[in-house]
Amino acid sequence: MIAPSSTWFTAEPRWGWMIVAYFFLGGLAGGCYFLAAFIELLGRREDWPLARLGYLIAFPLVVLSGLLLTMDLSRPLRFWHMLIERNTFMPMFKAWSPMSIGSWALSIFGLFTFISFLGAMADLDRDRWPGLQLLRPTTLFSRVVAVVGAFFGFFVASYTGVLLAVTNRPLWSDTPLLGMLFVVSAASSSCALMILMAGRYGWTTPAVAGLHRMDKWMIALELVVLVAMIVSLGSAARGWLNVWGLLLVVLVVVPGLLLPLLAWRPGRFPERSAAMPMLILFGALMLRVVIVYASEAI
Amino acid sequence: MPEPMGFYTDTTVCIGCKACEVACKEWNQLPSTNGGANTLSGDSYDNTRRLDGIHWRHVKFIEQFNEDRVDGRWLLMSDVCKHCVRAGCLEVCPTGAIIRTEFDTVVIQSNTCNGCRDCIAACPFGVIEINPVSGTAQKCTLCYDRLQGGLEPACSKACPTKSIQFGTVRELRTRADARVAQLHGGGEQRAYLYGADESMLGGLNSFYLLVDKPEVYGLPPAPKLPTRNLVPGSMFAVLGALMVGLAGLFNLRDRGSRGAAPAVRS
Repeated sequence: MIAPSSTWFTAEPRWGWMIVAYFFLGGLAGGCYFLAAFIELLGRREDWPLARLGYLIAFPLVVLSGLLLTMDLSRPLRFWHMLIERNTFMPMFKAWSPMSIGSWALSIFGLFTFISFLGAMADLDRDRWPGLQLLRPTTLFSRVVAVVGAFFGFFVASYTGVLLAVTNRPLWSDTPLLGMLFVVSAASSSCALMILMAGRYGWTTPAVAGLHRMDKWMIALELVVLVAMIVSLGSAARGWLNVWGLLLVVLVVVPGLLLPLLAWRPGRFPERSAAMPMLILFGALMLRVVIVYASEAI
Repeated sequence: MPEPMGFYTDTTVCIGCKACEVACKEWNQLPSTNGGANTLSGDSYDNTRRLDGIHWRHVKFIEQFNEDRVDGRWLLMSDVCKHCVRAGCLEVCPTGAIIRTEFDTVVIQSNTCNGCRDCIAACPFGVIEINPVSGTAQKCTLCYDRLQGGLEPACSKACPTKSIQFGTVRELRTRADARVAQLHGGGEQRAYLYGADESMLGGLNSFYLLVDKPEVYGLPPAPKLPTRNLVPGSMFAVLGALMVGLAGLFNLRDRGSRGAAPAVRS
């Protein structure tokens, strides 16, 4: 076979299930956080529990993300080399390396999710955490934290796609659209996760309906970006003509995008049904599985 | 400061003896594959298969024969890290483990690398891999330790046909140009240099004389830097984030009585 792109002459980094899981959970952490921030900053008082829920989800997922990234290193105990230069003990930062920026962004995001997590805990039980009332949602402090944290949430949800593009691997580096795809997918899956949780608690506040509307737009946008991503590959799109391309359709496009779009009815949303959010979450996970493994298989 | 040093590999005089592979393994104390229980690949005389963390030199055997094997030729090429002047691995390395030395070569510091494997994905030539013993990414160092001691690298020292030549990049280029002219004069019009000028990644400090297309040797015809995607990829990511933000603004803000309250009660 004649290689369709010079990227076909490179070696696979063997980024496996832990990186896939990080791309999924990190996206959810970033997405749930910025959704919670939107709800805290823009929503009604009755929506605050939903914002609290987003903050309560984000922090544990960031911790899990950090653990996954550390375990995936061939030398896990050297994880701190990402932040501190090992020989000089000076801060290690490269503005042109997505993995370097991402390490810092994830650490800073972790700090902000922790503050918001404490605030959400304080809000849940006001008598038990008197010292943390300052951090509760909708205080001025909490709003400032939400704005800055949401910025880093967007960053964490999107840089992973840019990281894949800033390599020389087939399919990843043959398109500039993976970062965009990942941030949109993080938004759609985070909406789905928060809808799912809100459904479990039986919440029907305006923001829940807002999440439903937003999710529909995000899934439609994700479908458009996914198609644009394939088209932008040009001749390298031939790298999808295998089992991974089939799985992209069967496990991502059909259950995660087309079914939820077709099942949508205006003026009504099935707030008790967990099926659609589950399908969207499944599709978002599978999107990352096929994108990572399709390239690794070449 | 010393001049930039490198390799010039004249593939037309390589005889496939693999002395370079052996010398490299011996000097750099690289382990054998599977404890020495190597299986035959069935692909010509090539059982090394690829460059990786424990193979820093790899002799490629390309058989070009017609159907009845009456006519044909061998292409032999000792592959190695190209020590690119603009190196993709060095660009992306988040720990600072990959450095450029005083000899203008690219070296991975094993005490700093944490095995994130970003450099493996970034290298346009598929040179780097994890060494299972150290758990770090490793590749040819152009014998940094020997260079510091005033010695030439082990592979070029061992090469019996001067297929691998070591020296200052400037002198090697002069030598290679003369060799191409000699081959052209002798009727081998296909001879050309791969990576000898600045057009390819600022110049490959380890460059090649080839007599067929790069793809035939498993070399990329147009190797690029990974950071070519940084600005466009980030711009599209920001565009995506803006669209998500706008959707959030429209759908999650308090819309008072005009909002979706009826839908909620359904």
